[in-house]
Amino acid sequence: MSGENAPLSPGVPGPEAGQAAPAAGDSPRDPVLSTSGVTMIFGGLTALSDVSFAVERGSITALIGPNGAGKTTLFNCLTGIYRPSRGTMTFSPEPGRNIPLRRLAPDRITCLGIARTFQNIRLFNNLTVLENVLIACHSRMKAGLLGALLRDRRTREEERAMADFSYRLLERYGLGPAVNHLARNLPYGAQRRLEIVRALATRPALLLLDEPAAGLNISETRELDSLIRRVRDSEELSVLLIEHDMSLVMSVSDLVYVLDYGALIAAGEPGDIRRDPKVVKAYLGED
Amino acid sequence: MTQAPFSVKGQAGPASAAAASGAPGGPAAAVHAETAGPSGLSGPPAAPAAASPGSKAALLRRLAGELRAAVISAAWLTFLALPLVVFRINSAFGKIDYLWGRLPKLAAVTFLATLAWRFLLRRTAFSRVKEAVSEAGGPPPEGARGPAGRSWLSLLDRAPAKKALFLALAAFLLSVPFWTSPYVVLILITALIYITLGLGLNIVVGVAGLLNLGYAAFFGVGAYTFGLLHSGLGLGFWACLPLGALSATVLGLLLGIPVLRLSGDYLAIVTLGFAEIFRLVLVNVDFTNGPRGIRNIPPPSLFGIDLNGAVKPFLAGKGLLHPDMDLNKVLIYFIILAIVALTVLCVYRLENSRLGRAWLALREDEVACQAMGINRTRAKLTAFALGSTWAGLAGVVFASQITFISPASFDFMLSVMVLSIVVLGGMGSIPGVMIGAAVLILLPEYLREFQDYRMLIFGLIMVLMMVFRPQGIIPGTRRVYLYSPSPGAGGGAAPSAGDGEGQGEGPAAPSPAGASSAPAAPAGPAAPS
Repeated sequence: MSGENAPLSPGVPGPEAGQAAPAAGDSPRDPVLSTSGVTMIFGGLTALSDVSFAVERGSITALIGPNGAGKTTLFNCLTGIYRPSRGTMTFSPEPGRNIPLRRLAPDRITCLGIARTFQNIRLFNNLTVLENVLIACHSRMKAGLLGALLRDRRTREEERAMADFSYRLLERYGLGPAVNHLARNLPYGAQRRLEIVRALATRPALLLLDEPAAGLNISETRELDSLIRRVRDSEELSVLLIEHDMSLVMSVSDLVYVLDYGALIAAGEPGDIRRDPKVVKAYLGED
Repeated sequence: MTQAPFSVKGQAGPASAAAASGAPGGPAAAVHAETAGPSGLSGPPAAPAAASPGSKAALLRRLAGELRAAVISAAWLTFLALPLVVFRINSAFGKIDYLWGRLPKLAAVTFLATLAWRFLLRRTAFSRVKEAVSEAGGPPPEGARGPAGRSWLSLLDRAPAKKALFLALAAFLLSVPFWTSPYVVLILITALIYITLGLGLNIVVGVAGLLNLGYAAFFGVGAYTFGLLHSGLGLGFWACLPLGALSATVLGLLLGIPVLRLSGDYLAIVTLGFAEIFRLVLVNVDFTNGPRGIRNIPPPSLFGIDLNGAVKPFLAGKGLLHPDMDLNKVLIYFIILAIVALTVLCVYRLENSRLGRAWLALREDEVACQAMGINRTRAKLTAFALGSTWAGLAGVVFASQITFISPASFDFMLSVMVLSIVVLGGMGSIPGVMIGAAVLILLPEYLREFQDYRMLIFGLIMVLMMVFRPQGIIPGTRRVYLYSPSPGAGGGAAPSAGDGEGQGEGPAAPSPAGASSAPAAPAGPAAPS
C-alpha cells in the first residue's frame, strides 16, 4: 500500500527534505507555522512520513484525509504530545520570530501561542464554564503559592482582571448566560464552542481545531463556519483545522492539505482539491 | 475587542435551555438566575418511573412486586445477620448463647430497612439528575447545609447569618475545654488532627485527583521529626512544628518526583508501597529505636509557664475546669484548633487561586490541562508537597499529644481512614472533609454503648453513604461568579464568591447582588449588536 501513494516522497527523507513538499503553487511568504519532513514512527508503523507544509499567517488552513491518515497525529506532534521521529517544526508567533518546536513540552508550546481543541471534547467537566476559561488564563497569570495564600492586592486584582477577561470572551461567543454552569451540563454544540473559547483564552497566534464539526448538525456546522471566520478576524490569529465535513472545509478554508497514509498527497485551494484525482482516489478508492 | 454581529441564540443550538433562557439582551441577570435552577438543563432520564400515572391495577401490581422484592432481600439480610445478632459467644463461660427471641425483630427491621432502601434508591436515581450545578464554596463551618432548594437552610447563606453562625461555632469550640471532661477534649483533639489530615489529603486526592494511599507516612514523618529532634537535640514543640511540616513537604517532593508519570491506580500502588517502606524503615533502623518507638515526647510549652502547677488551681478553684483536666492537653487542643482554622483558610484560598485551578484541571483531564499551558510536573509536585505539609503539622501535634510514638501508629489503616474521611465527606469539599472527619472519628466513640455492634453499625453507615450519596456528605461545589458592573471600570465580571442558591454576597463585591436585585442593566460592552 505504501508504495502506491509515494509519488511525493521518494526514498528516505532527510530532515531538510524540502523537495517532498507538494507543489502548493506558491510557498507562503509569511508562515505562522511550517514543518519540514516531519516523520512519526510508532514501532513499525509510520504514522506520518515526511510531512512538510505551512500555514500562512492570518489564513484558515484545512487538513483533510481519510480516517487514520495521521491528521491528529500531526496535531499531537505540533502540540508536543508526541515527539516526531524526524523533521523540524517552526512556529512564528510574530513575523521574524521563529521558534523550533521539536523538543518543547505541551504547556510550553501553549504558552508560546499554539492552542488546540480536541477531537473528542476534553473540557474540565466538573468545573464551571468560567473556570474552564480561567484555567486557560494560567500562563498569563503570575500568582504563585504565596500570592494564593496571602491573597494580596496584586493577586486579587489579577484574579479580577482575568475573570473579567474570561467573562467578556465567553460573552462575545454567546456563552455569557452559561458562565456558572458546569461544563458537562452544556449542550453538545455549546461544549464544542466552549472548547474553542477556552483555547482562545490562552491568547494563541495559531489555533488548531481538531474536527470541530464532529457531532454537530447541519445548521450548527454552518454557524461554526462563521464562528471560525469570526475568531480568525477578531482574535487576529491563524487557524489550522482538521475536518471531515467537506462542505465546511470547502467554504471556510483558504488552503487545503490532503493527508493519506501519513503522507501529504495534495495541497491547494479548495476548488482545485475537489477536482484533484489523487484526492478523489484517496477518498473513494480506485475504479 | 472588535465586535462582529453574532447570533447568540442560534449558535447555542435550539436544544440549549441555557442559552434560550438567557437571551443576549441581559446576560448579567441571566447568569445569576440560572444558577438557582440548574436542574432545567437536563431532563431526568428513565428515573421518574415512580411518578408515572398508571392505573390502579398496575399500581397494585407494582406494590406487590415491591413487597416481594423487599421480603426476599429481608430474608437474605436476616440470614446474613443471623450469626451476628442471634448467636452470641459468651466468653465468660465459654459457650454460645442463642438469642432466638431476636429473630422476629431482626426480620422486621430488615424488612422495613429494605423497603426504605428501595424507596431511597429510587429517589436517589431521580434526584441525581437534578444534582445541583454548583453550591457555595463559602467558609466551611457553616457550610453544612443540605442540597439545593431547602428554604430554611438557605437562610444560612445570608452573610450576617453566616457570620453569626461562625462566631457561635468559634465561641463554642473555644469554650469546650472549660466545661467538659478530659476524655471529651482528648477525643476532640483526635478529631481535629484527623480534620487536618483530611484537609491535607483533600488537596492531593480531592483537588488534584492524585490517589495517595500512603498518607500515613507523611504524618509519621512529622511525628518522628519531633520525636527524634527532641530526644536527640532537645528541641521543643514550637521549633519542631515548622520543621516537621518542612520535612513532610520535602518527603512529599521526593515521592512526587518518581511518580510524576503515574496516575490513577498505578499511583495509588506506588504510594502504598512507599508508605510501607517508610514504616519498615522505622521498624528496622536503630536510630528510630525500632518497634519500641520514642517515649516521653513533651507537651508544647507556653512561655515556660507551668500550666498544671500554676494556672490549673486558679481555674479549677473558680469552677471553670474539670478537676482531672490536664491543661497541657487543653493547650494542644487550642493549638490544633488554630491549625485547623489556618488550614481551612489556606485550602480555601488555594482552591480558588491560579494554583488551585491548575490542580483541578489536572484532576479533570491531564492532556487538556497541559494544553492550557499548565506545567503538569509543577502542578503535581506542588500538590504532593503541599498536601504532605499538613500531614507533617498534624504529626507533630499528634506526637505531642500521645507522648509516645511507634511505627505501629502509622500503618496502612491510618491512610485508609484519612482517605475514607475525604471520600465520605466529599472530595474537594472543605466542609465535607471536616464533617467526614468528625463523623468517622466521633461516631465510633458514640457507638461505644452498642459494644459488639459498634463496628457493624459503623461499616453499615459507610456502605449506606456510598450507595446513597457517592458524592459525599457535602459534595464539592464550584464557586459562582456574580456579574455586576463595577463602578468606573465600565462594567466587568466581578469575581465575587457567591452562592449557588443565588442569594450569596461575595466578600469581594461591594454591592450586594441578590438574585432578585441582580444588576438588570448589563455593562456597556455586554450587549451584543
